Amino acid sequence: MWQYIIKRLFLMIPTVIGAAVIIFILPRLMPGDICELRYAESSNYSLEQVNLCRQTLGLNDPVLVQFGEFLWGIVTFNFGDSMWTGRPIIHEIGLRFELSLQVAIMATIVSVAIAIPLGTLSAVYQNTWIDYIVRGVSIAGIAMPSFWLGILIILALLTVSEAMTGTRWSPPIEYVPIWEDPLYNLSMLIWPALATGYRYSAVSTRMTRSSLLEVLREDYVRTARAKGLMEKLIINRHALKNALLPVITIIGMEFAFLMGGLVVTEQVFNLNGLGRLLVQAVTQKDYTMTQAIVMIIVLVFVFCNIVVDILYAWLDPRIRYS
Amino acid sequence: MTDTSIDRLEDLRDRPSLWRRLRSFMRKQPLGTAGAAVVLLYIIMAAFAPWVQPFDPLQNSYEFQFVPPGWPFLMGTDEWGRDIFSRVIAGSRTALLVGFSCAFVGATTGLVLGVGSAYFGGRIDLIFQRIIDIFMAFPLIVMALSLVSISRAYQVSAENSVYFVIIAITIPFIPRCARVVRASALAIREIPFIDAARANGFSDTRIILRHMVPNVMAPYLIMITAFVGEAILLEASLSFLGLGLQDPLPAWGLMLRNAQEFIRSEPWIAIWPGVAISLGVFGFNLFGDAVRDALDPRLRSQ
Repeated sequence: MWQYIIKRLFLMIPTVIGAAVIIFILPRLMPGDICELRYAESSNYSLEQVNLCRQTLGLNDPVLVQFGEFLWGIVTFNFGDSMWTGRPIIHEIGLRFELSLQVAIMATIVSVAIAIPLGTLSAVYQNTWIDYIVRGVSIAGIAMPSFWLGILIILALLTVSEAMTGTRWSPPIEYVPIWEDPLYNLSMLIWPALATGYRYSAVSTRMTRSSLLEVLREDYVRTARAKGLMEKLIINRHALKNALLPVITIIGMEFAFLMGGLVVTEQVFNLNGLGRLLVQAVTQKDYTMTQAIVMIIVLVFVFCNIVVDILYAWLDPRIRYS
Repeated sequence: MTDTSIDRLEDLRDRPSLWRRLRSFMRKQPLGTAGAAVVLLYIIMAAFAPWVQPFDPLQNSYEFQFVPPGWPFLMGTDEWGRDIFSRVIAGSRTALLVGFSCAFVGATTGLVLGVGSAYFGGRIDLIFQRIIDIFMAFPLIVMALSLVSISRAYQVSAENSVYFVIIAITIPFIPRCARVVRASALAIREIPFIDAARANGFSDTRIILRHMVPNVMAPYLIMITAFVGEAILLEASLSFLGLGLQDPLPAWGLMLRNAQEFIRSEPWIAIWPGVAISLGVFGFNLFGDAVRDALDPRLRSQ
């Protein structure tokens, strides 16, 4: 087991380096740089000014030196300063990372809370109207773009609050950490979590259903039935435990995607999360910031993958990694 | 030995006609048939868009700004006085163009790469797996942003910007399909007929294309049908963020982007393009599910 974990951690290195190479090269392939962009707004600027700017930001250094600094930054987890604001990247990212993490966690909870009961119902009542409704609801979840669902939620909040209190209420915009003002924090973040959670529940609902259907055909379930156990007990104690294994994989992968994939939801709900910061950094050609955010997303993704695999081995004693 | 091969021949002769197979598909897969109907509707809508749309989707008219749904503007008009119904219909062209081309190119490239990787195995396979890992972990949005900034720097016209969107969406599809196809191809490689083909002195290309690819068609088709809906969604998301198609092109995501400002006063602008996206993707997914059920041997027996 430990050997397997160490091996997986080593296999992570080429992926991270590969992603680092891409995110180092890709923004530099785009025409123009941050210094041109900064001075392009003022009408009279000299070439010396632009050059000086490049000098101070280290853009005139040899490419390999820049890349070396970036890699060293990943190793020491010190990404340096943002090229645009000049402040340390860790400070710039801090609150936004917290916000994105919280939404991702909440969305995952929402998605699990929807997926497992619905998926189980759908499998137990296979090919009845309950099954059809659950499948319809889950396919609709995949079909609806989360930003449109977000727009609908905002619309509904506006209409309902107007009907109930006479004034239109929409979620607050300023982020406050949950331990400072939980009620305020939740009233802001529950909506994006619902919108994305419903969408992401669709895949895990279907996974729960198909995997439970498979397990319910196993011999040991038949044995349990032959013993005369209650159907409820068979499903909860015997079948669901094994059926949920592949669902865990899906949930883990989705969580990894959520960390980087919330840009659209952040846009709709006006949240200052990691995704929007990334878009901003790329548009401003803030290389250091772009690199730092992408590397964080990649690291979270790779790490989630490993955790899922280890969890899998831990939960299912039949799986032995060598 | 002879008996079984004759049985096989008769099996082939008795194969039901296309029409009968279609009818049995409809009976077994009512949801899939509904999906196919929606897909067909969208294809017809896209093909005949210029004749179906009641107004010019690009025509601004300031006297008709923000007209609520009614007659003659079935879904109302937007901030430029353009007919939303006509724009929704015209948007189906963009959506289907992006959906089909991304799904086809992405899945096909993934198919060839995945089979190749499984066939050659060894070091090539190992390196290929690492490259796939990198692309799976890499956020799509960065790719899209880079392509957008390149297309803007070279002043690509609004009509041609769609090709950049197609590239940005296709790239992440390739490794995903390659990974799934590789898994099935690994099993195929172990079957003796591949060794037989190699013993016959066939070239690697021929073995891959003629002997292995036809045997992994099921996962390939499943991926393709799943990708179409996803590509439509991704295009809408990118356009919604302002990273996809550019105004005045009629695209559903773009329409929702513009609608955001007016959601408090003119909510209908934000409703219909979303309905168009959701219904379309819903149809493609239902259809894709049915295709999966029909092709996946594990599910077929149930």
